[in-house]
Amino acid sequence: MSNAKLPSTVRKSKGDDIVVSGNQDFVTMTIADQMFGIPVLQVQDVLGHQRITRIPLAPPEVAGSLNLRGRIVTAIDVRLRLGLTGRPKDKPGMSIVVDLRGELYSLMVDSVGEVLSLTKEDFERNPATLDPRWREVSTGIYRLNGQLMVVLDVPRLLNFTTIETA
Amino acid sequence: MDDLLSEFLTETNENLSVLDVELVRLEQNPNNPELLSNIFRLVHTIKGTCGFLGLPRLEKVAHASENVLGKFRDGELTINPEAVSLILQALDTIKSLLAVLEATEAEPPGDDLPLIERLNLCAEGKLGGPAPVVAAAPPPTAPAVAAAESRPATLDELEALWNSIPGPNDPPPAPAVPASTAMVARAPEPVEEPVHSQDLVVPDAEPVAAKMPAPVAPAASGGHAGGADAGAEAATKESAVAAQTIRVNVDLLENLMTMVSELVLTRNQLLQILRSQKESEFAAPLQRLNHVTSELQEGVMKTRMQPIGNAWAKLPRLVRDLAHELNKKIDLQMLGADTELDRQVLELIKDPLTHMVRNSADHGLEIPAERLKSGKTETGRITLNAYHEGGHIIIEIQDDGRGLAIDRIKQKAIQNGMASEGELASMTDQQIIQFIMKPGFSTAAKVTNVSGRGVGMDVVKTNIEKIGGTIEIKSAQGKGSTFVIKIPLTLAIVSALIVECAGERFAIPQISVVELVRAASDSEHTIERLKGTPVLRLRNRLLPLVSLQQLLRLDDSEDAKKPADETFIVVTQVGTYTFGIMVDRVFDTEEIVVKPVAPILRHIEMFSGNTILGDGSVIMILDPNGIASATGEMAMGEAAGKETTAVQTQRQEDKMALLLFRAGHGAPKAVPLSLVARLEDVDLATVELSNGLPVVQYRGKLMPLVPIDPNFVVASEGRQPVLVFADGDRSMGLIVDEIVDIVEEKLNVQLAAERPGLMGSAIIAGKATEVIDAGFYLTQAYKDWFGSAQEGFEEEKLQRVLLVDDSPFFRNLLTPLLSVAGYDVTAVENAGDALALCEAGEDFDVIVSDIEMPGMSGFDFAEAVRHGSRWHRIPMVALSSHASARDLDRGRIAGFNDYVAKFDRDALLFALQQTLTDQKGAA
Repeated sequence: MSNAKLPSTVRKSKGDDIVVSGNQDFVTMTIADQMFGIPVLQVQDVLGHQRITRIPLAPPEVAGSLNLRGRIVTAIDVRLRLGLTGRPKDKPGMSIVVDLRGELYSLMVDSVGEVLSLTKEDFERNPATLDPRWREVSTGIYRLNGQLMVVLDVPRLLNFTTIETA
Repeated sequence: MDDLLSEFLTETNENLSVLDVELVRLEQNPNNPELLSNIFRLVHTIKGTCGFLGLPRLEKVAHASENVLGKFRDGELTINPEAVSLILQALDTIKSLLAVLEATEAEPPGDDLPLIERLNLCAEGKLGGPAPVVAAAPPPTAPAVAAAESRPATLDELEALWNSIPGPNDPPPAPAVPASTAMVARAPEPVEEPVHSQDLVVPDAEPVAAKMPAPVAPAASGGHAGGADAGAEAATKESAVAAQTIRVNVDLLENLMTMVSELVLTRNQLLQILRSQKESEFAAPLQRLNHVTSELQEGVMKTRMQPIGNAWAKLPRLVRDLAHELNKKIDLQMLGADTELDRQVLELIKDPLTHMVRNSADHGLEIPAERLKSGKTETGRITLNAYHEGGHIIIEIQDDGRGLAIDRIKQKAIQNGMASEGELASMTDQQIIQFIMKPGFSTAAKVTNVSGRGVGMDVVKTNIEKIGGTIEIKSAQGKGSTFVIKIPLTLAIVSALIVECAGERFAIPQISVVELVRAASDSEHTIERLKGTPVLRLRNRLLPLVSLQQLLRLDDSEDAKKPADETFIVVTQVGTYTFGIMVDRVFDTEEIVVKPVAPILRHIEMFSGNTILGDGSVIMILDPNGIASATGEMAMGEAAGKETTAVQTQRQEDKMALLLFRAGHGAPKAVPLSLVARLEDVDLATVELSNGLPVVQYRGKLMPLVPIDPNFVVASEGRQPVLVFADGDRSMGLIVDEIVDIVEEKLNVQLAAERPGLMGSAIIAGKATEVIDAGFYLTQAYKDWFGSAQEGFEEEKLQRVLLVDDSPFFRNLLTPLLSVAGYDVTAVENAGDALALCEAGEDFDVIVSDIEMPGMSGFDFAEAVRHGSRWHRIPMVALSSHASARDLDRGRIAGFNDYVAKFDRDALLFALQQTLTDQKGAA
């Protein structure tokens, strides 16, 4: 009966709060030659190419779902989420699996790089002129040697209501 | 045994064992307030539940003990070993009374005055000196006496009793029995004061003596030993019962079930691999694994199974009360009460079942006079029948009343604007009956407090569909009606048909699949088209077809190998609506574990979940209900189809159905569809002027027409669309230019409007849209509309009650009680959970809270709610058996609006009603 409505122990997801202080470790990845990073603690798995089941009627960014050791993971095409063109069919790509409030999501990217430990001295807020779509899903930029790394905010990246109304 | 009683016994026995330990700890640390308040709370709970169940003897003992504990707590008495022994003694008395209660389902006669007096003396602080041990003896004797008295004792039983009482020469058996209950341990005590106890034993023992002439002397002289022995027997019996059942957290079982489901899936995968390999050394062990897994699955499923009788337990009483209230004679027959089904399913169908039985009693059965007139017996019959059928449970609710009044349903359907007369004329009776499943539909001539509120069958239907079940109605005028509910045995694993369409595979729950038809140019079945709509001739009926490919907007560009002229049709039944789903291929059926889809995909109605197949791939599970509603379940005409989908979507939780229209200049406008009664097309030639305002004759009444734009001039000819708002027998027409669409969106008003008549602007269907304030226009038509309109709308909504009580027993007791009284109850076990709900954004009309709770007490909870929480305006009712003037004051200061004695059902219902009306009056 109403017991079903009891607040179950809500698992505070690791992705909910990102503290930008001290040294932080990031898993880096490349999408359309741009480097992105996700705090390493939010990453569950890194996958190679996977067989994905398409989901009809789903938002275009949802590439489908896949089976990760018995759990169903929703695959998100980050390229489309960032307003880029879809990945060419001949490139296999890779995925990073993240956990958001107990649900697993697989973020499809072009390639996954190494884990970098970065100091906050190199961190900077998003430039005001950044594409609003990117600004929405990013917490800031790290200045690296020779290139810039955009930090992705997983909860916001997976918040689809903002896209639907846009 | 009565469910309530056995639940009470389990809980109280548990509490008593805790109390034993806690009291001993208290004696050692008398200054531990936490320990004391816990003890107090436990005793208090026992007292409260006894009161509720009408067990005066137990209640009195518990009450007296509670008084003493209360004094301890308030610091008026110091804790000393004597007082603690006295409390322990009282607990032993309670235990022995419970033992009798368990054996005979009734309290033993008599009272415990000496004990209570001593407790009262102790409470007054007058207890001095060592306690003469008085009361230990009578209760142990009581079981024997009561057992002998309250049942027509058979010779065998007496024999057993006689054998259990040792003769004078037997050594007292108590020391030899290694039983561990306190009762046995205490039994030798009375020996120190034999005179007291014997005085008390003799009068009680007389009935035994009278029935068994021989053992008079031994019984009297061996009173202690006999009593102790009976007690010991009871104790061993109790522990035997305890050893047979253990209480396990439901979550643990749920977890276990999930794990087993996964195991089943893995086994299925292995078996599939095995099938593809001819010779494998894994074959034998896999076969074994297969068997073990099946058995394990069955075993775990059994732990979740409960007889359906549990859901029916409250019905006889309900029907009896109803019969009384409605002046009808009703005979309720329940068949197959021991049919077992998953407890999760059971919980979910409990309310719908109750509702339907209530409906049958109220609407279905006639009053005795009417029954006699139509040649039936005076007593109406409602039959509940449950049985298994191929992995499903079928529940039939049948009454021999007047049957569904097709004419009244038609009338009501027209009145509610659900269909036009022309459409109704072309419908079969079966289709017309379906209307009673629509929201807001009630044919009860008058709204009684039993039924007829207009929320009913649609909720039943939604609830049943939620668990993958179906409901069917059969009715014969004058002969009665039958509701047939078909639900899956368990929610965890379902059997599904795997189909393929445009290269993608999908699962369709087997429960909805009726048959499969192959349609090809060379077979006897071919798909024909009516203005592009595919249909199939199946046994002289036209079956509407749904193309899965079109429905899911699948492009088949990737899939070229599909044989173009061959299509499979999955004939699917949802309720009584049968339709065919066109797919490219049909595979096997497979057992699947339904997993919910990711939150970002929940809005897609076509899917009820997803799962992993034997080959490891993920597959979406189609929801036949979603498909049916997406394609127009009633298969009515085009115009009505629009309205039906609108009506169906109305119940979506987060989203709201909005009617988009254009009126005047500027942005498109929207109004919540639920407020609109009908859409009409008014011939402007029929518009008349009354009191300077345009009116139109509408269904024999005058309906004022209000334009959105005040400067709008009503043309003298042509037609104009009008939104009709109705409440009771009044209606008002809002003149608009054009009705654009009905959409379902989250209504999120972003810009508040300055102009009267506008609520603000929101993004609807991708466009900035003005949301109109219907209330403003209603008051333009009728100045006093709002008073009555509001009442009308609130009637439909159940009042939401939040119940906070730490005792699961009380929660289980009060939840159905309040539900039956028409409240929507949410129960939580402590103040923390309640506040969590507050933070989670839940809203309630009233909060009912216990006072004595571990952790945050009711007073603290009330203070927390009153000071700065979002709920600070929600009325609160305190629930406690502690209703002294001081407590009342404390409750009011803490912020409670009312204070109710815990065991007084009527007072609670009255207080709730009162509080809610006060609140409404104040608002």
